[in-house]
Amino acid sequence: MNLWFWVLVAAVVGYLTKLLGYLVPAKVLANPRMSRVAGTLTIGLLASLTVVNAAASGASVVVDARIGALVAAAIALWCKAPFLVVVLAGAGAAAGLRLLGWP
Amino acid sequence: MSVRGLAAELKGSPAAKIGASIAIATGLYGVSFGALSVASGLSFFQTMVLSLLLFSGGSQFAFIGVIAGGGSGVAAMSTSALLGIRNGVYGMQINALLHPSGWRRLAAAHVTIDESSATATGQTDPDEQKRGFWVAGLGIFILWNIMTAVGAVIGNALGDPKQWGLDGAAVAAFLGLLWPRIKAIQPAAIAVVCALVTLLAVPFVPPGVPILVAALVAGIIGWFRRGGTPSHAPGHIDDGLEPNIEPYRHSPGPSSEHSTPGTDGGQP
Repeated sequence: MNLWFWVLVAAVVGYLTKLLGYLVPAKVLANPRMSRVAGTLTIGLLASLTVVNAAASGASVVVDARIGALVAAAIALWCKAPFLVVVLAGAGAAAGLRLLGWP
Repeated sequence: MSVRGLAAELKGSPAAKIGASIAIATGLYGVSFGALSVASGLSFFQTMVLSLLLFSGGSQFAFIGVIAGGGSGVAAMSTSALLGIRNGVYGMQINALLHPSGWRRLAAAHVTIDESSATATGQTDPDEQKRGFWVAGLGIFILWNIMTAVGAVIGNALGDPKQWGLDGAAVAAFLGLLWPRIKAIQPAAIAVVCALVTLLAVPFVPPGVPILVAALVAGIIGWFRRGGTPSHAPGHIDDGLEPNIEPYRHSPGPSSEHSTPGTDGGQP
C-alpha cells in the first residue's frame, strides 16, 4: 500500500485518539488500568524502537556504528545534556565510527 | 479580549513562561525529526503532513523509525497509533481541567501532547493551567513545524544520511525519549524486557513487527500490573510509569521563571 495512505491514516488515528480523550465520559477517567497500560505501552514501545534502530537490519541483528551512537547518547543523557545535544552526540558517534572504518 | 490585553496577561503568567520555554526547547528538535524523516525515505510533504496533522513527537519518530528499518506502512501506522494512546489519557486530564467547548475543544485535542499536558497539570490555578496548556501547545505546534521544514530541507541537501550518522541520531532520539521515563526499577525492567523481546523477534517476523510484539508484551504487563495509583489521582506514585511525564525539569512555581530553554531537557 502507498506510503501516503498510511501517513494520512496515522495522522487521522493520532488526532482521533487525542479527541477521544475529550469525548469519553469521566467514568473512564476513574479506571486506573487504562492509565497503567498507556504508561507501560509507551515505555515498551520506546525501548523497542531504540533497539530496532540500534541493532536491527532487515531481519537480522547486527552490531555496527549505531551501537556507538547508542552508547554516546546514553553518556550524553547521563550527563543531563538537552535533547538536541543527545541527538547530535548519536549522529557524531555513528559518523565518526564510520570514518574509522566501522560498517 | 484584545491582543494587547492578552499579551499583558501572558506576560505576568508563570505558566505562560514555562510553556514558552518548553515550546522553544521542544520546537528546536523538530529539526532532527525533519532531517531523519527525509533520511528514512519520506518526502518533504509527507514529513510536513506528519508534523502538521499527526503532531505528536513520539508517534512521528515511531512512524519514520519503522519505515527506516524496512517496515511496512501499516506497521509504521500501528506503532505510531499505539504510542499515541497516552495522548488520549492526556485528553481526559485536560478536558477535566480546562473544560474546552466547541471549536476550542477540537483545537485543544490537536495540541494535546506530552509537553502541553505536563505544563497544564503542573499548575494549580485553573487560569494558569489554561495559559500554560495553550502557550506550550500552540508554541510547540508553530515552532515544531517550522523546524521540521528546516530539518527536511537540510536532510535532503545532506546526501547519504549514513555518512552523517543520521541513523545514529535516530537511535539517540529514541533513547532520549525513553530516558526521562526510567525513574525506578519497574519501568527499567519493562524497558529491558521489551528490548530483549524485540531482539529475539527480529529474525523471525517481518521488519516493524518486532515493535508490535514488544507493545503486546508491554500492554500485558500494564494490564496485570498491581498497585500504583492512576496518574490523574492527586499524589500518584511518580515512578515513570504514569503516562504523563514531565519532559523538562522545572518546578511549577515562580522559581521556574528563569528556567532557560535548551538546558533542562531530557532529565532522568
